[in-house]
Amino acid sequence: MSEEITPDQEVYDRLIAEGKSERIARAKAKAAAVRASKIADGATLGPRSPEEAQKALESARAASGGGGVATKTAAPAEGADAGGGGRLTPEERAARVAASLGNGGKQPASMGVPTSSTHTHRLLALVPPAGIQQVQSKQMDKVYTWPHLLLVEFVALLAAGSLLLIASFFLDAPLGSLANPQEVPAINKAPWYFMGLQELLAYLHPMVAGVTLPGVFVVMLMAAPYVDKNPSAKPENRKLANMAFTFFLAFWGMLVVIGSFLRGAGYAWAWPWVQGLGFTL
Amino acid sequence: MPKLPTFDDVKGNVQDNVIWKSIFRPGSIYRKGYRDTSRDRALASMNNVLYHLHPVKVKRHGLKLTYTYCLGGLSFFMFILLTVTGIFLMFFYTPAAGAGTEIAYLNMRELSASVTFGQLVRNLHRWGAHAMVFTVFLHMARVFYHGAYKPPREFNWVVGVILLLLTLFLSFTGYLLPWDQLALWAVTVGTNMAGFTPVFGDQVQFVLLGGVEIGPETLLRWYVLHVLFIPFITVIFLAVHFWRIRKDGGISGPL
Ligand code: HEM
Repeated sequence: MSEEITPDQEVYDRLIAEGKSERIARAKAKAAAVRASKIADGATLGPRSPEEAQKALESARAASGGGGVATKTAAPAEGADAGGGGRLTPEERAARVAASLGNGGKQPASMGVPTSSTHTHRLLALVPPAGIQQVQSKQMDKVYTWPHLLLVEFVALLAAGSLLLIASFFLDAPLGSLANPQEVPAINKAPWYFMGLQELLAYLHPMVAGVTLPGVFVVMLMAAPYVDKNPSAKPENRKLANMAFTFFLAFWGMLVVIGSFLRGAGYAWAWPWVQGLGFTL
Repeated sequence: MPKLPTFDDVKGNVQDNVIWKSIFRPGSIYRKGYRDTSRDRALASMNNVLYHLHPVKVKRHGLKLTYTYCLGGLSFFMFILLTVTGIFLMFFYTPAAGAGTEIAYLNMRELSASVTFGQLVRNLHRWGAHAMVFTVFLHMARVFYHGAYKPPREFNWVVGVILLLLTLFLSFTGYLLPWDQLALWAVTVGTNMAGFTPVFGDQVQFVLLGGVEIGPETLLRWYVLHVLFIPFITVIFLAVHFWRIRKDGGISGPL
């Protein structure tokens, strides 16, 4: 599917000699090879100088008769110099932004646009990046989603899909006899994920087991991030939280296991090797 | 005899025309001239409607199987699989019950007896539903043990708990639909509990059952909840969940 690219060996060796990591050297050597092949194809590459960009812009504007680029028409403070082709210098633009923000000509520190920039269209530049999403000051070790993550996801999907297909090929979903409200079955159980609640029902008043406790647990779960004020995510720093949650899971797991496998007719205690397994998925 | 075109000739001709190029945007691996470069790798995820759920780059540690165990992704995969198999089942199922009109139950029998792949698809749907409850549950546990709900991800955890509840309700409403003894009585146990809600118990139970006891109205009600209402709400919360992962700075960690 993709064209093979032979990395530029010279660049690679030089970077390795400079002590760069294998990964960076490989990426840069590849980029160098692509650049070389593009130049060989006659393409002009790379960031042009601002002067060159300005010249191209002017000739394009002359050809099209103007318009299409942000112009100075709305600047209240600088009505005097309306000429000059309508392109804002970075200083002018910063002044206008400052004026509209009403902070007396001081540019906010987090504007995100270097003053050397010659771009005119940066709407998002008005919003500090931290206002839109999390930004880290440190560069993290990242890899491209394609192919690295998508490949992993694809394999996981195939594995899970085939597992399920094999299971479905050999195990049929249960189907009992027609529903009959007059005939209560001897073994009468909720699906396994509600078995914990049904087991609680054997000990507590239904209002507590069926409504109050589940409600409290859901609220506790939702509140967990707001209650747990410990900023560390390292297991060794959050022994209490991990222990509490493990107890919580073990408690439910135990109830589910008891309800599913150790209860028989009339919801009485039953050993599966004596009365048989009273459990249907 | 004219020379047969090689595979590369055919591929070149297929890829190098207006229609193909209009479908596959720059950066697509199916487009002519895709190269394994940083630029094209970035475009591959940016320019694809499905892949751009993902950021262009992800943290390296998140790729390790033992970080997410793929559990969130697998939960989503189960949801998709259940949607597809569920649509298939809907072609062969009528939510009608009652003396003389036990259509729902008969449909279930016919599904396994005379519908091509009927039993297999039903099995996939049934085991898939159990699997989804299980993966969502494990996903929650892994998020907890990684402390991945800590700021700024608190709210996404709350969205997650709602998704867990929705998953349980999806599963439970589906459980009634075969209209066999197993379904009827499992659901009876569950809805009796809801009847003990303080103050409004009877009303809650009435709304759930569409009457004072489980009957044909309950079946219709739970069918609509199962195939339309709850999936609809779930999709909305899934969208918020995925969107928040991105806005919260991608996957948490490293530990
Ligand atoms: C239908 C059910 C759900 C689906 C499809 C789903 C999907 C996902 C996916 C794909 C991710 C990305 C990371 C990963 O795969 O682990 C994720 C992250 C997350 N999920 Fe879920 N999720 C579901 C339910 C839940 C539940 C029940 C909770 C918790 C109660 C939860 C809380 C979170 C949090 C806090 C994150 C961010 C984790 C991090 O940044 O490491 N989700 N979810």
